Amino acid sequence: MTTKKTLAFLLMDAPYESARTTTAFRLVDAAIRRGHDVSVFCYEGAVALSFAKQAPHPNAVHGRDLAQEDHPNPKDWIAALAAQADRSGAKLAWINCGLCVDERGVGEVVSGVGRGSPVDFWKSAEAADNSLVIPTKG
Amino acid sequence: MAGYLLIESRDPLESRDVASHFYDLAAGLARRGEPVTLFLVQNGVFPARRRAQAAALDAVARAGVEVLADDFSLRERGISSDRLDPRVTAAPLDVVIDRLVEGRKALWH
Amino acid sequence: MSKKILQIVESGYRATIEEQDDTVVWFTHAIKGGGAAIAVLLRGHAVNYGVNGQDASGLAFGDKKQTQPPDLAGDLARLIAKGVEVHVVEEDLVAHGLVATELIPGLKRIARSGIPELLGRYDLIWHW
Repeated sequence: MTTKKTLAFLLMDAPYESARTTTAFRLVDAAIRRGHDVSVFCYEGAVALSFAKQAPHPNAVHGRDLAQEDHPNPKDWIAALAAQADRSGAKLAWINCGLCVDERGVGEVVSGVGRGSPVDFWKSAEAADNSLVIPTKG
Repeated sequence: MAGYLLIESRDPLESRDVASHFYDLAAGLARRGEPVTLFLVQNGVFPARRRAQAAALDAVARAGVEVLADDFSLRERGISSDRLDPRVTAAPLDVVIDRLVEGRKALWH
Repeated sequence: MSKKILQIVESGYRATIEEQDDTVVWFTHAIKGGGAAIAVLLRGHAVNYGVNGQDASGLAFGDKKQTQPPDLAGDLARLIAKGVEVHVVEEDLVAHGLVATELIPGLKRIARSGIPELLGRYDLIWHW
């Protein structure tokens, strides 16, 4: 049985822009499947990961309709991770940087996502067993 | 010693910084006697293909850094196990979580 | 006791006009204000943040003028004034043709070979 630990992650990338988003979600998934508690702080573009108005689309290039394309929206991945956390006996906290949300106009977020500031990430890192910043590149 | 986990997501051919900064840092930390894992992920796994960029990993390997490559990233790029540089070990991303919970200082590049 | 944190900043001038800040330097100010024990290492072209005379003023899009351009050197100087150690990689200064007289006071120059030892002094390393 793995000893439960707490990990804090900071993400920066907007959805659909970088492979870092997928890797970050894989890391959170791996951590919560092992029963570890995870906090995720979304900074800058990453605050759009939880935007409630994301919508899937069909793919005419591949001849796939909406259902067939089954295009992922990260907001659904967040919801799925939250459900996995419940099944695994882990806690998942997902917090957006509030000013980053405001300047991007993505304040409508899916259920369970909170709002905070860099101080909240610092406090979560202080409380956690370890932390990882996944920066964007530009 | 806490040790280090250095996660490299970029291809050395994309940016000189990968070898001159991050690989070099991994080697420098290992030479101080710290346990160091260099975990290659995303396009960072390209040097893991045998004969691709052999020199890039030389200093890292000589310093005793553990070099792992994300098995999903390898498969995604068609780098099969028989084409892997012998100095690199394919590993699941879960190893990153293992190293984090061990308390390794973790840097992403 | 707070964990000692080192922020490594290597990306320079990314969205600094839109944000009117470097968002990592800004982040550092924010958590310093919250009580974090934090230091900064500038590398790559981020070492240019320490240069005097940077001027991003005067932009306008149509009749929309930017009234608060970023003041990156000033923001670093204010971090230093708050007691935050700001290190810069010597080789990157040289590679960018920078000499001491062009830089704000208070920056701590460190050779690349000294970085492993520097990292050893901190509990957490956040590499941006």
